[in-house]
Amino acid sequence: MLLTGSEIVMECLIREGVDVIFGYPGGAILPTYDAMTKYPQIHHVLVRHEQGASHMADGYARATGKVGVAIATSGPGATNLVTGIATAMMDSSPIVCITGQVARGSIGTDAFQETDVTGVTLPVTKHNYLVADVEELAYVIREAFHIARSGRPGPVLIDIPKDVQTQKTEFIYPEGEIRLPGYRVPSEGHEDDVMLAVDLINQAQRPIILAGHGIMMAGASEQLRELSEIAGIPVALTLLGKGAMPEDHPMVLGMMGMHGEAASNHAIQEADLLIALGMRFDDRVTGNLKTYAQKAKKIHVDIDPSEINKNVRVNVGIPGDVRAVLSQMLPHVHRTQHPDWMAWIRDWQEDADERDILQYSADSKLLGAQVINDLWQFTGGNAVTVTDVGQHQMLEAQYYPHQRPSSLITSGGLGTMGFGFPAAIGAKFGKPEEEVWAIVGDGGFQMTMCELATAVQENIDVNIAILNNAYLGMVRQWQEFFYEERYQSTPMVNPDFCKLADAFGIPSMRVTKREQVEESVAFARSIKGPVLIEYVIEKEEIVYPMVPAGADLHNMIRRPKPGESR
Amino acid sequence: MQQENRQTLAVLVENKPGVLNRVVSLFRRRNFNVDSLTVGRTHKPHISRMTIVVDVQRHDVRVVAANLLKLINVIDVRVISQEPDVSRDLALIKVRTDDVDSRNSVTMICERYPARIVDIGTKVAILEITAQEDVVEAMIEELKPIGIVEMVRTGVVAMGRGTRILDSDYEPAVRITTNNAERIGV
Ligand SMILES: Cc1ncc(C[n+]2csc(CCOP(=O)(O)OP(=O)(O)O)c2C)c(N)n1
Ligand SMILES: [Mg+2]
Repeated sequence: MLLTGSEIVMECLIREGVDVIFGYPGGAILPTYDAMTKYPQIHHVLVRHEQGASHMADGYARATGKVGVAIATSGPGATNLVTGIATAMMDSSPIVCITGQVARGSIGTDAFQETDVTGVTLPVTKHNYLVADVEELAYVIREAFHIARSGRPGPVLIDIPKDVQTQKTEFIYPEGEIRLPGYRVPSEGHEDDVMLAVDLINQAQRPIILAGHGIMMAGASEQLRELSEIAGIPVALTLLGKGAMPEDHPMVLGMMGMHGEAASNHAIQEADLLIALGMRFDDRVTGNLKTYAQKAKKIHVDIDPSEINKNVRVNVGIPGDVRAVLSQMLPHVHRTQHPDWMAWIRDWQEDADERDILQYSADSKLLGAQVINDLWQFTGGNAVTVTDVGQHQMLEAQYYPHQRPSSLITSGGLGTMGFGFPAAIGAKFGKPEEEVWAIVGDGGFQMTMCELATAVQENIDVNIAILNNAYLGMVRQWQEFFYEERYQSTPMVNPDFCKLADAFGIPSMRVTKREQVEESVAFARSIKGPVLIEYVIEKEEIVYPMVPAGADLHNMIRRPKPGESR
Repeated sequence: MQQENRQTLAVLVENKPGVLNRVVSLFRRRNFNVDSLTVGRTHKPHISRMTIVVDVQRHDVRVVAANLLKLINVIDVRVISQEPDVSRDLALIKVRTDDVDSRNSVTMICERYPARIVDIGTKVAILEITAQEDVVEAMIEELKPIGIVEMVRTGVVAMGRGTRILDSDYEPAVRITTNNAERIGV
């Protein structure tokens, strides 16, 4: 069959199982948009800014585990994708971005809307391609999807010159093995390393598991729970690891790190063994590396060999698929419990419970923590929540326990404001049967709120919860703690979010009292399509506890107990 | 012999446009220090080989190697300096030879090193030396008092001794046909 490059793109997308793509047209990608008319089985979502397209593809990928696809034109279209690509890179999210490029003869001439996009995205993609000939195209697309989804997943960009899109060739889909000589995906761990790790586990008195995103990527939740239960090991979670194990499980201590639970952080500092599974010792989880977990031997299992010994020197490093490696370990792990260790940890948990903001007598102000707690309660803890970045994100991590993998979608590594709302749209496309809530701050929402129009055009059923504190709250918190309350450029004069919703034809509700939260959830659920709830919350709330950047993990700023002053 | 804080990596890469850029970009972004980097073709047209000397004071050489292996176009990596190896650096050195003294000295120095004079005139001569890096450096030190006016070096190339072969069986898929290969300049 003689097909154009553009038609080949569509044929290949169909064979990769793609049913929705997020994008924005322009000159250099027009041939491919034209080809879309012949392929109605792929639904194209017209975003309002290309950043939205890459975040939507990312949200779709994180919700489903499948590859998300974004498409844009050359030059500004492609550069607008970059923030979303970098976000996906940091959080190992499988997306494929297709960009138009000027015709081959014009490359390198500063042609209209020419940008060296493979150059620009080189450091923020797992791999990228500039397609040199239509003959390559099907191979490239197949490789791109394979690279994006396998091993440690990540974004792959394919830049296609306009004349390649119109070039014709005999299309034969390349079946058979993909030949990438330099691409290795580790699976099982080395037997010797596995046994060394098992010995450490069997000898440990004060072990702790650090579970990350990799658990969910590998589908290792079952194996994680078994290890924890058999060997009596408590589990601390990274932000992206939330959902790796049900958070109501008694062995789960909750999040670790900068805004982690005191019990998690103190247990890490006191442990004699860290078992790090599918996590990468980000500085937000370790604090000062010089004082980090000094009493502990360390085991590190990660699919990416370059993560091992990167930030933290470990005793046993096992490059491998965490599910395969745990399955190798489990038969050799002794059944045991660590009652003294657990009692020590329980003391920290009780101390935290006493300090918890939910214990404070309800005064008239609505707190972000209460809103999140109530959203959790009234959604039955079962929603897919997609957050933006800031205080509301950390409050979500603290007050919305997740029971299952991939039910929290959030930008961890890059901390990209503006991610939440478009990613929620993408997640809903991937999981139409789920209740999806975008939980965003007033600041971050304004970075990508143009996607309200997309949500309306697609009539996508996403519930938007804006936690409006009229501040760039997280930055304000840093200014309060570390810059003597000089609130430079953090107070915000905001639009009337409900009127804004109105302008887009979106139903909305403003919540100012705690009693209204339940009603707001019912209201959101009653509407099939986008709905916006504005929660007007206390302006100067603080997210406790906090480990200041670079401080020792055990030196946490704690919330005062009721009666104590700040 | 290698200095303690330097290690030599031999890296097989696909011979494709942009691969050098990917490697260099990796070193810059991870803040790895490169002492020298050379790249050239091998006996297989689709495979090139790099020799990279890295400063490993701040980074474990295994972390550097693992990062290189993550690049899709990198086929294989070996830390050559941790096994018996042969390493060579080539220098072309232009020195002053405008009097009898300098001409004599240059000739004598060349006799003591694996070097030869490849071009000589009344004012300057070009010497070529191919040797281990420290030998090249020693000769340069001896030439300095005479007057080096220009110099170029290739950087280190290295190969493990014996039968431990660093090679790849990889054959590229038919994907790039001969007629399009010319067109797209591969
Ligand atoms: C694109 C981007 N710019 C700047 C920042 C730095 N930053 C982190 S949190 C934050 C404040 C977020 O404010 P808001 O969205 O209102 O959320 P809140 O903290 O108030 O809940 C800022 C500016 C960022 N993470 N991302
Ligand atoms: Mg805010």
